[in-house]
Amino acid sequence: MDTRKEKFPYGIPDHNLTEIEREIPADEPPAWPVNDQLQEVGKRRIRVDARAKVTGEAKYTSDIRLPGMLYAKILTAKVPHASIRNINTQEAEKLPGVHAVHILRNEDNSYPDVKYVGQPVAAVAADSLDIARQATRMIQVDYLEKPFVIDVEQAMKPEAPLVFDAPIARQADGGDVGVVHDGSKGQGNLRGPSTSSFFGGPRGDLEAGFSQADVIVEQTYRTQVQTHVPLETHGVVIDWKPEGMTVYASTQSTKDVRDELADYFDLPKSRVRVICEFMGGGFGAKHSTSPYGPVAAILSQKTGRPVWLMLERKEEHLMAGNRPNSIHYLKIGAKKDGMLTAIQQRSHGTAGVALGAGVGRVAQILYECPNFATEQYDVLTFAGPGAAWRAPGNVQGAFGVEQAIDELAEKLNLNPLAYRDKIDQSEVRKVLRQRGAKQFDWSRWKPAGSSTGTIRKGLGVAQSTWPRFVDLDSTVEVKIYRDGAVEVRSGVQDIGTGTKTIMAQIVAEEFGLKTADVIVRIGDTIFPDAPGSGGSKVTGSITPPTRNAAYKAKMELFKQIAQQWQTDATKLVASNGMILHKDDASKKVSLKEALQRMRTGQITASASRSDDYGGFAQPWGLAHGHLGSVQFAEVTVNTDTGMVKVDRIVAAHSCGRPINLTQIESQINGGVIQGVSYALYEDRVMDEATGHMMNPDVDRYQIAYSMEIPAIEPIIVEEYPALSSTDAYGIGEPANIATAAAVANAVYNAIGMRMYEIPITPARILKALNHLDQ
Amino acid sequence: MNNFSWYNAKSIEDALTQVNSTASNEIYRQTEKAAILKAGGTDLLDLMKEGLLQPKTIVNIRELPGLDKIEFSNNDGLRVGANSTLAEIAAHEDIRKHYIAFAQAAGDAATPQLRNMATIGGNIAQRTRCWYFRSYDHPCFRKGGDRCFAKNGENENHAILNNGSCVSVHASSVSTALMAYDARVVIVNSKNETKEIPIADFFVAPGEDPLRETILEADEIITHIRLAKPASGTKAAYIKQGARESHDWSIADVAVVLEMNGKTCKRAAIALGAASPVPLRSMRAEGALAGNQITHEIALEAATLAMERARPLAKNGYKVPLFINLIQEAILNAS
Ligand SMILES: Cc1cc2nc3c(=O)[nH]c(=O)nc-3n(C[C@H](O)[C@H](O)[C@H](O)COP(=O)(O)OP(=O)(O)OC[C@H]3O[C@@H](n4cnc5c(N)ncnc54)[C@H](O)[C@@H]3O)c2cc1C
Repeated sequence: MDTRKEKFPYGIPDHNLTEIEREIPADEPPAWPVNDQLQEVGKRRIRVDARAKVTGEAKYTSDIRLPGMLYAKILTAKVPHASIRNINTQEAEKLPGVHAVHILRNEDNSYPDVKYVGQPVAAVAADSLDIARQATRMIQVDYLEKPFVIDVEQAMKPEAPLVFDAPIARQADGGDVGVVHDGSKGQGNLRGPSTSSFFGGPRGDLEAGFSQADVIVEQTYRTQVQTHVPLETHGVVIDWKPEGMTVYASTQSTKDVRDELADYFDLPKSRVRVICEFMGGGFGAKHSTSPYGPVAAILSQKTGRPVWLMLERKEEHLMAGNRPNSIHYLKIGAKKDGMLTAIQQRSHGTAGVALGAGVGRVAQILYECPNFATEQYDVLTFAGPGAAWRAPGNVQGAFGVEQAIDELAEKLNLNPLAYRDKIDQSEVRKVLRQRGAKQFDWSRWKPAGSSTGTIRKGLGVAQSTWPRFVDLDSTVEVKIYRDGAVEVRSGVQDIGTGTKTIMAQIVAEEFGLKTADVIVRIGDTIFPDAPGSGGSKVTGSITPPTRNAAYKAKMELFKQIAQQWQTDATKLVASNGMILHKDDASKKVSLKEALQRMRTGQITASASRSDDYGGFAQPWGLAHGHLGSVQFAEVTVNTDTGMVKVDRIVAAHSCGRPINLTQIESQINGGVIQGVSYALYEDRVMDEATGHMMNPDVDRYQIAYSMEIPAIEPIIVEEYPALSSTDAYGIGEPANIATAAAVANAVYNAIGMRMYEIPITPARILKALNHLDQ
Repeated sequence: MNNFSWYNAKSIEDALTQVNSTASNEIYRQTEKAAILKAGGTDLLDLMKEGLLQPKTIVNIRELPGLDKIEFSNNDGLRVGANSTLAEIAAHEDIRKHYIAFAQAAGDAATPQLRNMATIGGNIAQRTRCWYFRSYDHPCFRKGGDRCFAKNGENENHAILNNGSCVSVHASSVSTALMAYDARVVIVNSKNETKEIPIADFFVAPGEDPLRETILEADEIITHIRLAKPASGTKAAYIKQGARESHDWSIADVAVVLEMNGKTCKRAAIALGAASPVPLRSMRAEGALAGNQITHEIALEAATLAMERARPLAKNGYKVPLFINLIQEAILNAS
């Protein structure tokens, strides 16, 4: 490969910014300076689709109406464990307006066993949703009910009813558990342990580490199951014609859904087209359309008509994925001077009938510690499957680790922030702590118990880490047209994070245009493959090829202009809607005119994500360095009522080169709100006697509403790792990780009693303050 | 939800000739011709969406003229038409002036959107929000089944008093205030007979009849609610506590009405919501206040007495200290 050397900004402005030389592919653009020298990138830009969204012009999956379209409704199981003896659909089939009834079956045509309440059993396609609903109620299912277990600790007992008596392969969609050892006999519902991650396995010698420790914190932290509540539920509209299948999907990955359905029905991938132009929210569970997508496809195939199938809210809670709970044991030792000597971690959690209940890598990598070992177990239970959920594992992990670090600080008589300065090696988090503490005025912090009376105030801090993931299979096309249009295309979807807008900003920067001038067409698998929106990897994966493709198209145009000016293409620059000659002010042409003079009607250039400039930490696309996050929480606890109010969160984050400040802040706001919601309210309440979720709506499943949202003050720290042509990374997940731990630390600071379990409800606070056993 | 037909009643008499059942009678049944009253529809709709109610006809009384009047006079006290919305009650000048705990309870219930739709008649006739009752898949006592799933189940929101058979709590937090004011419910039947029932007798405890929560019969309609003119020196306070500030059902709420003579409390009314299957007055607590000056200590004593007979379930022990704190606070706020 042709390469050249190029100097890049490197480090953190106003802290340690310098330059570094990198060897880069010869066809990639020159280094951008830091953001304050750019025009569109790093600025606040309104979303390119803002108008369409606020006016209702934007068509989401549930808005899709196709000629002849039918509406489908799934019949779900009402019992947690059963084999099905018979399903009678006769009456349903006779209902006027019903076009097809589908029964889910195993490959050998038998009925699948029911393993959780809410598991799809059958489905109906009809002229209207009302008819489809009515028809599903007419289907009679004859269940042979079997014993089941819901509670994680009960499920771990040897005598517990087995969820699966054969090995299972299914890891939850994007879940987090590392390597699962499955299938070994005699371990009941337990799977694991997972003892390593892509950051390696155990280190050092735990016993030796603890023997060197002067102080030890040993605790068990518990987190609840959190279900997904995106405004738009999961769903698809599928039109299966002989020549191929068109799928409108509310998805985080057009590519994954295409591959999934092509695999499922044994179709060439080129025969499945997946479209997601607008997305009403996804937090990790929308990479796959299982189990409802194949159902809609079969109904479409059976009827020869397009089929609309969106989950209802209750189904969303029951079958569309959730964040597994955790019972998270930690033992951490430190010397008198605070240096960590050993970290031992053991966790159990349930992703229901799926796997993926690990607690992430926070304990493993957040702080340097020579001796570390982890054992993370999955416990199968008769409940809906877990799925990825905004920083899977790490949120649960940070809730424990960051409280344990606070507990250590207290034992060592150190200010929790100062203690982190001492043991945290990360340069960027050092800066985040400094800037965050200043904004927050951390100097107000006093030891726990300092606040007295009925209304008690508390301050807390917690930090977290998230890897820089990159998907190398990320391709972007830039097209420029003789009529003046500049367009960018990719299969990548914008799940509401603002992907369209950052792509427009980058192309605009390259062409000297305004962001609003660029046409963005994405969210369709007829365009080049691009990453799924998970792992906070979209920005880091898609912005470099966006810039590189724009640069290539521009250089193609420059070549044509340069020929006319009898100069060299490298002498030209695009700025402010003009193409200029660097050294000859008399030579200039508007971009519009230059495009009109193109030899061909269009120029198309495409680029794929190249390897990181410094090389990857892992060859498959795990970049060097981490996304830093430090959050400060200020809470009020009412000791009479047990109410906790989060008054304020200062959230300091880094995500490489920021592309759109408004959108990054928007992600931080969302992450913090979900973090507060997780810390104080959300909880899937399961009835252990019947296996039903008792709060499958948005009234009883409590999430943070407007009054619960604290003042959120984002701080965005620019950091230039010099790893790609944009140096930009995502923020979605990091924004969500530290919040619950920061809130829990602040609650402890307020009342002097530590909450080892979330959500921190009035019931739990009152129980602690009044020393009740129940 | 099932298909149904809609009938706009032209008068109370007309409504009463159309209607032939109640939400309580129809739960879990599919009577061929059930016709049920609807005011704001906010409770009815939720029951129908879950499939618990499948009426064939909805008799809409929301548009009936005159049923939403709110009148106050020094002689007669307050008359609140059954169709008055919670929003109207919360904002009404006379109610705010003379019955502040009622205004507050109405204003603290539900959400702004719901308060614009929810009527006071429907509010006192709504069904419990016990999540087992509200689940089609749990055939509990209240639906004619043979057990209470909550008793040994997920009972963190459930009753701590009078929780023998069914441990649900009444859903109406507005009724807590009505109990403290000794409100009277005025009901007319299809024979055009009118009766006036003390609110405490309007509610039916599960021990008496688990299938219903009020005395309402199929041919009856609530026309209005009456509150006597408060004696001079009356002071009141209301506190509702949910697990979330924006909106939540009450986990505990308290209404206190004190008749004060200078610093001395002549008579006290203390009502508790979300404590038991029907809204409750605490005679013990009231007795502790009567004839005494209101101090922190006496307020705490009264509050503690109110909880003396509390028998919390496995997951709602927290409600005891919560009620003690809220009752004490409400007494002090009122005095
Ligand atoms: C999300 C949510 C939150 C809520 N929060 C609270 C809260 O915090 N506190 C609280 O107190 N309530 C709360 N509610 C309940 C709400 O206040 C009631 O649903 C509402 O007041 C019912 O009035 P409606 O006019 O809508 O009644 P409808 O739904 O029309 O009727 C309810 C019942 O009353 C009967 N009925 C109606 N009018 C009459 C009449 N005049 N005579 C005889 N029978 C009649 C109907 O037949 C039906 O059985 C909440 C409701 C929801 C959905």
